[in-house]
Formats: sequence, C-alpha cells, structure tokens
Amino acid sequence: MYVYDQHDQTIIDERVAQFRDQTMRFMAGEISDGEFLPLRLQNGLYLQRLAPMLRIAVPYGLLSSRQLRKLASISRTYDKGYVHISTRQNVQLNWPMLEEVPDILAELSTVQMHAIQTSGNCIRNTTTDQFAGVASDELEDPRPYCEIIRQWSTLHPEFAFLPRKFKIAVCGSAQDRAAIHYHDIGIELVSNDGGEIGLKILVGGGLGRTPAIGSVICEWLNKKHLLTYLESILRVYNQHGRRDNKYKARIKILVKAMGIDAFRQAVAQQWTALKDGPSTLTEEEIIRAQSFFSDPSYLTIDGALAASDLERDRVRDPIFANWITRNTQSHRIPGYRAVTLSLKATGFAPGDITAEQLELLAELADLYSFGEIRSTHQQNIVLGDVQISTLYALWQRLQAAGLATPNIGYLTDIICCPGGDYCSLANAKSLPIAEAIQTRFENLDYVYDLGPLELNISGCMNACGHHHVGQIGILGVDKKGQEFYQICLGGNQAKDASIGKILGPSFKQQDVPEVIDRILSTYVSLRQEDEPFLDTYRRVGIDPFKERAYAQAD
Amino acid sequence: MRRLIKHGSIIVDRWQEIDPDCSAPAHDQICSLGQWQALTDKTGSAVQLEPGQEPAPLYSALEDIQLLVIHFPIFTDGRGFSYAREVRERGYQGELRASGHFIRDQLTYLQRCGFDAFQMADDSSLEAALTSLRDFTEHYQAAIDQPLPLFRRRS
Ligand code: HEM
Ligand code: SF4
Repeated sequence: MYVYDQHDQTIIDERVAQFRDQTMRFMAGEISDGEFLPLRLQNGLYLQRLAPMLRIAVPYGLLSSRQLRKLASISRTYDKGYVHISTRQNVQLNWPMLEEVPDILAELSTVQMHAIQTSGNCIRNTTTDQFAGVASDELEDPRPYCEIIRQWSTLHPEFAFLPRKFKIAVCGSAQDRAAIHYHDIGIELVSNDGGEIGLKILVGGGLGRTPAIGSVICEWLNKKHLLTYLESILRVYNQHGRRDNKYKARIKILVKAMGIDAFRQAVAQQWTALKDGPSTLTEEEIIRAQSFFSDPSYLTIDGALAASDLERDRVRDPIFANWITRNTQSHRIPGYRAVTLSLKATGFAPGDITAEQLELLAELADLYSFGEIRSTHQQNIVLGDVQISTLYALWQRLQAAGLATPNIGYLTDIICCPGGDYCSLANAKSLPIAEAIQTRFENLDYVYDLGPLELNISGCMNACGHHHVGQIGILGVDKKGQEFYQICLGGNQAKDASIGKILGPSFKQQDVPEVIDRILSTYVSLRQEDEPFLDTYRRVGIDPFKERAYAQAD
Repeated sequence: MRRLIKHGSIIVDRWQEIDPDCSAPAHDQICSLGQWQALTDKTGSAVQLEPGQEPAPLYSALEDIQLLVIHFPIFTDGRGFSYAREVRERGYQGELRASGHFIRDQLTYLQRCGFDAFQMADDSSLEAALTSLRDFTEHYQAAIDQPLPLFRRRS
C-alpha cells in the first residue's frame, strides 16, 4: 500500500495543526457556527443527534494491521469501543468529543491516516473495487490511479468550496464493483483499439434525491492526462454548478441541464488551457504510484493440489464448505483466495465493528494476508490474499469471533445507513428494519435459494444506504410525524446500471418484513430456473410484485 | 481608509471603493464589470468581478488592468477561486484581490489560487489572520504559487 514520505507527512501534520487551531478558536468563540461548519466538515466532523460523528478517510478502502490497531485504540480511548464502516469505505466514530478531535487526528497522523475531505462540499475520498489487485477479471489495478487522485484532490485550493460534494470512483475490472455509474466522476480502465490501456470517464452520476446514472464524457483518455482532465471538469462544475438550491447543486443536475455534449465542449475548452501543463502525469510518477501496489511475496503454489486439499476440508466440515462457497472468491494467483468477512450478523448494526474485532483483524491480516485488509462499500471487510491451505484455520478464528456469517452478497448482507438512531437528518429509523428482515429470513437455505440479492436501506432521501441501487431498496419517509417505508425494486449498480422503481404507497414499520416476504415469494413463483431476481424483475415488470404486496389478507 | 493584507503585510488601500451606480468612475476607483467595459482607455484600470461574472471578457485587456478584485459575498461560494486561477494562468500580472466575506481559514487556498491581496469585510483582526497564510509549507498539486505539482519535485 502507499507509504508516506516526509512530504506527505508534512502535509498531514500541518493539517492537524491547522484544525487544532480552528477548533480552539471555535471553542473560544472566535469562529461562528456558520464559519466553523465547512471547516469541520472538510475534516469529516458532523455534529449529530447524540454526539459528533467523525469520519476517517480510508483511501480506496485499504488499511494496514498497524492502522487497524490504531483505530481500535482510538475507539477505546475516545469513543465507545467500536467503529462503523461506511458505504464509501471509510470508518466512522459515533461518539467522539469535539475538543478531543484534534488529538484523534494527531494519533491518526502517526499511522499515515487523516479525516481530510471526508465530508463537505469538496472532493471526497476516492473509492474503488474491494478486490483491486487480486480479482481475476481485472484489466489493470486501479489503486495507483486512486492514489494519484487522492494526492491531487487533497487540500486542492481551487475546489474546496464547490457547489456540493464531489465523489470519484475508479474501476479496473470487467465487473464493476465500485459503482462508477453512481459517482460524480466514474473512471474505468479500458483498452483502446490499439490495445493500449487508458481511461474511460463518466460524469454526472449520483444518488441522493435525484438519482442519476453517469454519462460518458470521454471514451478513452491517455492516462497522462488524468489530472488535467479532472481539473477541467471540476472547473466547469465549480463555475456553473447551481448554488441557489443545495438539492440541485450536484454535478448530475448541471450535466442534465447543459446536456452531455455541451458539457463535454465546456470541459474541452477549459482543457485547452491545462492540457500538457505541469500537472500532466509523468511516466515516472505512474510507475512510482504502481510500485506501492506491486505483488506481495506470493508463494509459488500448485493450484490443483491446493484445490484438492481444500476439497478434503470441505467434505470434512460442511459448515466450512458453505462459508467457502459464500464468503470467498477466486484470486488471480494460484493457491490463493480473497475472503470477505461479514459485518452483517443478525443483532448487530450493519457495518459496526468492535475494538476487539479490529485487533483480531489486525492479527489475522498479519498471519494470513500480508498485513492488509480492505473495507467494502457493502460495509464488510476483505482479506485479499489468503493462502488456500490456511483457510480452515482462518475460518475457525472468524467463527469464534462472530465474523463468519456466510451471507456475502445475499439478502441478509444488508447495506444500511445509521438512520434515525444516530442521524439528525433521518425521516425514519433504518437499523431496526435491517434487524427485523435479518430475523425474519434466518433460514439460510431459503436465503441461498433466492440467489445473490442486494437489499439496501436509507433513513431518508439522502440515500446514504444506496436504496435506489439495491435490487430491493427501502427508504424511510415521514408521514405526518410517523415513520413509514417506501420500497423500490430493480436497482442495480453494475455496468448495466439502473435505478429502482417505487412499488407504491409506503408501509408501516411492522409490515415491512411481511412485504419483503411477499416480494420474494412472488419472485420465487415467477422465476425461470436459476434466473436471478433482477432478471425476473426486468422480464415481468413491477406489476406482479405490486399486486402481491398490496393484496389484502383474507 | 480601509486596511488590507497585500504581499503578506498590512497596508492601507489606495483605491476608492466601487460605486456601481456612478456613470464615470474616478481613475483611482474600482469599476464594476459594466463600467470597466465602457472605459475607452483601460490602462491602469481597476475592476471587480462578482460571482457569476466570468473573467473571459477581461482576457483581451489583461495587461491594462492594475487591480482585479474578486468579490466573495459569502465565503462558501467558491467560484472566485477558479476565476483567480484562470486569469493568472492567462498571464495576468497585476494585483489580484479577494474582497468581502471570506474567512481567514481560506487565506492559504486563496493565495495558492493567485490572490496576492486580501480585503476582509471585517478588518479588525488582520494581524491574527496573517498567520493563517503560513498554515502549509507543502502542497500536492500545482497552483499559481507553486506551478509544479509535488510529483515533479519529490526527492
Ligand atoms: C450520520 C450522519 C450522516 C449525515 C448527516 C449524512 C448526510 C448526508 C447527506 C446530506 C447526503 C446527501 C448529499 C447529496 O445528495 O448531495 C448524504 C449522502 C450519502 N451519504 Fe451520508 N450522512 C451521514 C451518514 C452516512 C453514513 C454512516 C454513510 C455510510 C454508511 C453515508 C454515506 C453516504 C453516501 C454513500 C451518500 C450518497 C452519495 C451520493 O449521493 O452519491 N452517510 N449523506
Ligand atoms: S440516508 Fe438520511 S438518515 Fe441515513 S445516514 Fe444519510 S442522511 Fe442520515
């Protein structure tokens, strides 16, 4: 992973000092609430319903065991001994004290971490595929480009007061696991006709109130132009994005209003001034960035032999066998697999992880996966490089720690925002809905029979829980002061992206599990052979689901 | 006379404030964009841009302008940061002044975007504000104050 030199460290340290000074001036009454707001947001600090929330940046989801141990210790010293993995791969502390935030940041800086631009109207943490570098369907590792973008966007002087927040995601594989269609800018590594790998750039995707799928602004861009092109897009947005209405301020609204062709032209015009300038990437810089993501010291393993050994363990222990099927996936290096640890056990808030679990993860990462883990936007954790011969031992440790729930990618692997229990913007609670659904669908055989299925829950229109892109999405709404839930179907965040369609009038909290049950049984009765939920939905449309969901019990 | 920060020290302004309603601004008075466009001789002129007024109309006479003021009615409207970089990238050499309701915590960013003068709505604590200009000694990106990105300077 990327390692700071003295330059990176200086920047982070100076930012800590700056924020400490700002916090002190705020507490002394020298900075007003209104002025402090963007200053603290640019450092990931929200003032919430019960306590402040601090969002710590995890660049493209990569964490070392040393960083995990630091997070565990911070959560004990300054919080309640647990943290939350967000849908943008970051880590959140739910109960820090404002006056201690500068100390938390200082501690983070000792392990090359920070909270810069994890919130606010600026360029946010760049995200990517949780299987970057190990996926067998990868064209090129996206992480070096994420790191290049991270550096460029960190404390960018021109783009700290944008009309609205700005999110960039990069993907380098056949299957899109980074949801690039739903980002303000989505970048995909692609080959051109000559076989040279460059960048396809999408612009204007996003969730929130008006979900939108990104449009292609550039089919193929030479990598060296990455930063000047991004800068041109941002410059058009900074000058022309709407500032009169924060619900219409995202770049997706500007792109829609101008039309993608006019927007492309405006970017091209800005680009004439910046193209080939000093921000043009050098060959050496790309190689330097890549050098931090080169292969760890993999052993040369006979893949066939490893597979047959694994088969033996699977036969011996069916519970282990099931976990292998559900929670691990192939790796481009023979003899290795990528393992996903589920943070979705029933009875625990999705994405929450305790200090003890963080420390265990650190230990397991050191033992089994070259000392690194990845956080996922589905709010789980990945050990990317596990030798097949060690899977059984690893699984036993995870089992004991409650981290081996075999539900990755299935119904109960719910993406869920903190909702009304924590968030002051919420219309409704979301965590109890997640738990009620997990409890109702405890029968794993039924869940597996449904096949891979994404169910996402947000507590309000801001869509932190990605409800629009869940195949089943649940949205908390407020009806005359009462909590209700709207359900949408058919969302999808892969390359054939689509936005979920609203089923109909919203439901009471206690009815939601029953409605989900009806939707699922409708699917089961209509599917053809192994047809996945989304395909059935696309084939038959929303009506059969609607009929069943609203049918009166008699 | 109002005080402001210029080139890192506190000075007294020698320009007269803008009066968008007057028909003939004095030669030491800051013009609105409309007034400035009407000037027959733009040598030594001073002009102020508001958010939403892009700098493109100035490009043909950048050498003539002595003072370009970019106004920030509210500090969260960041359009002026881009205007500043654009005019500097196109060769503007005169004074580039931020005026209005920006805050001292924005000074480093403003300076990086090419501003060399800062006229804050409240000029009572300029001395304290000066220290914010020194918040950072290192930067990742290229900007006006440091035209080379860190990746071309790392050693
Ligand atoms: C608890 C305090 C939180 C507050 C006040 C908050 C606020 C918001 C707001 C206002 C938006 C909409 C922005 C827009 O449409 O422009 C938003 C979107 C979002 N938030 Fe949160 N959020 C919170 C927690 C979270 C958490 C815990 C997560 C992750 C689990 C999260 C992830 C996201 C994501 C992924 C989006 C959607 C981005 C998009 O529109 O493209 N947020 N949040
Ligand atoms: S979706 Fe709404 S309720 Fe949920 S975290 Fe985001 S802002 Fe809060």
